[in-house]
Amino acid sequence: MTRRWRWVVPYLFLIPGGLWLLAFFVVPMLVMASVSLQEGSLGTGYTLTWNFGIYPEMAQQWAPQFGRSLLYALIVTGLTVAVGYPMAYTIAFRGGRYKNILLLLVILPFFTAYIIRTLAWKLILADNGFFLGSLKDIGILDAGFRLIATPIAVISGLTYNFLPFMVLPLYVALEKIDPRLIEAATDLYASRLQAFLRVTLPLSMPGVFAGSLLTFIPAIGDFINSEILGSRDTTMIGQIIQRLFLNNNAYPEAAAIGFTLMAGVLALIFVYARAVGADELTRG
Amino acid sequence: MTAVAVTSGAAERVPDRRPPLGVRLSALVLPVFTGLAVLYLFLPIAVMIAFSFNDPAGRQNITWQGFTLENYATIWGRPDVTGPMVNSLIVAVVATLISTVLGTLIGMALTRYEFRGRNGLNLLIFVPMATPEIIMGASLLSLFVSFGVQRDLTTIVIAHVMFNISFVVVTVRARIAGFNRSLEEAAMDLGADEWATFRRVTFPLIFPGILAAALLAFALSIDDYVITSFVAGRSITFPLWVFGVSRLGVPPEVNVLGTLIFVVALLFIAVQIWSQQRAVRADPAPRPAAR
Repeated sequence: MTRRWRWVVPYLFLIPGGLWLLAFFVVPMLVMASVSLQEGSLGTGYTLTWNFGIYPEMAQQWAPQFGRSLLYALIVTGLTVAVGYPMAYTIAFRGGRYKNILLLLVILPFFTAYIIRTLAWKLILADNGFFLGSLKDIGILDAGFRLIATPIAVISGLTYNFLPFMVLPLYVALEKIDPRLIEAATDLYASRLQAFLRVTLPLSMPGVFAGSLLTFIPAIGDFINSEILGSRDTTMIGQIIQRLFLNNNAYPEAAAIGFTLMAGVLALIFVYARAVGADELTRG
Repeated sequence: MTAVAVTSGAAERVPDRRPPLGVRLSALVLPVFTGLAVLYLFLPIAVMIAFSFNDPAGRQNITWQGFTLENYATIWGRPDVTGPMVNSLIVAVVATLISTVLGTLIGMALTRYEFRGRNGLNLLIFVPMATPEIIMGASLLSLFVSFGVQRDLTTIVIAHVMFNISFVVVTVRARIAGFNRSLEEAAMDLGADEWATFRRVTFPLIFPGILAAALLAFALSIDDYVITSFVAGRSITFPLWVFGVSRLGVPPEVNVLGTLIFVVALLFIAVQIWSQQRAVRADPAPRPAAR
């Protein structure tokens, strides 16, 4: 190939995959936006009427589900930090030669299907299942005590399912920290707590941000956990989108809710990309 | 507090450098916490495996009734179970092949060439990974409905390739970024042309990254419920089947298949670790620093 045409090479490499993403990710988003502004029914067909009114209408009608999804996702993100940070810290600084094995143990459970893991939690939390049943039999728990179909069940299911998304980026961030920086802090008479708060914690913040994004976003759109572990009182916005689309064929309504959620997520990503830089996003 | 006073008193006589009891106890907190967290991660897996050997009275497989191996024997003769599994395997294999090729090409473009539109491409790769699955499923359904596309295994493959590409790019890219360009330069200096260099040097070096990416793509594909539920039409994949039957109570077949998938994944990991260790043993020369 002559030198003149060398600039074409990268484009030849990225065009097939890039086109696939354009055609089946970007275009569908635009189509969904357009569907949300259409009116009509499956029988009579849909016409684009630029019905922007549907957005405030949907936001109002499903406000409790939007709010609940946001609340659950925030709680889940907080819980995964609370559980995941000490885990990642221990593996990174105390793991020694067992680091890789410990990391493997963290991701190993996630080699089973998502749905089957969640169904296993349903079994564990079941009213008269193996665990609660036994506790009730020996009188530790009241016979009426239940976890399944409560917000606690949904939140604990979400926390379980997204914990590795928090632990792995936290581990990567903590592993990178030069231990000599922490030694320097203690040599300069910082207590261990001070050294942690002033050196380790700030240096690990990129991991906290990345993990939070990777946990919060799937959590706010999730509907498996609430569908399997929850009840009508735990309905999340993902379930509403799915039902309106697949059961009610209410395409414009479902598309409007979906696009609202997407807009919120995109806003989050752009704030994040500004903070860390776009190249860093795909570095993994 | 007395315990601490006693130990420090002892330290005056014998030069004992062990830290006081309180510090030693607090040093135990983190490992114990991590151990418990790992147990917590494995709890549902243990339950899944245990109940795959359960012999339930009815469809409700929620209390322990008795040990049986029958679930593992009967499952192969049931087309309602094997059909969706076969569908899932077909979709996963095809989607993995396509997405691995497309994603590897993008990964190479990003690591070895300078070109305009780099930031745009980075964003195009990152955003699908950060988009809730429900939105990707809903938007693809909007597309297929608007254009009157028949939904079947083909649309499932299209969707799976779409969400796999980004993960392949990220995995392959990490591998390429970590490797030593001077090896390629050496090959070129010794007279290899670009294609020979790629075939004999570059490809073997990045192959582990491509393999890891393909495994990840396969795992994501075979596990996907949310997006698939939107684009499946009447086709049923394994996760769709599991979700469908679980509404009436989880039959032991679900646990059997979950256990089998887990065992296969374990075997894959074991083989990978084994081949890595063999590679290290075959090449005991000190390696250049990874970073």
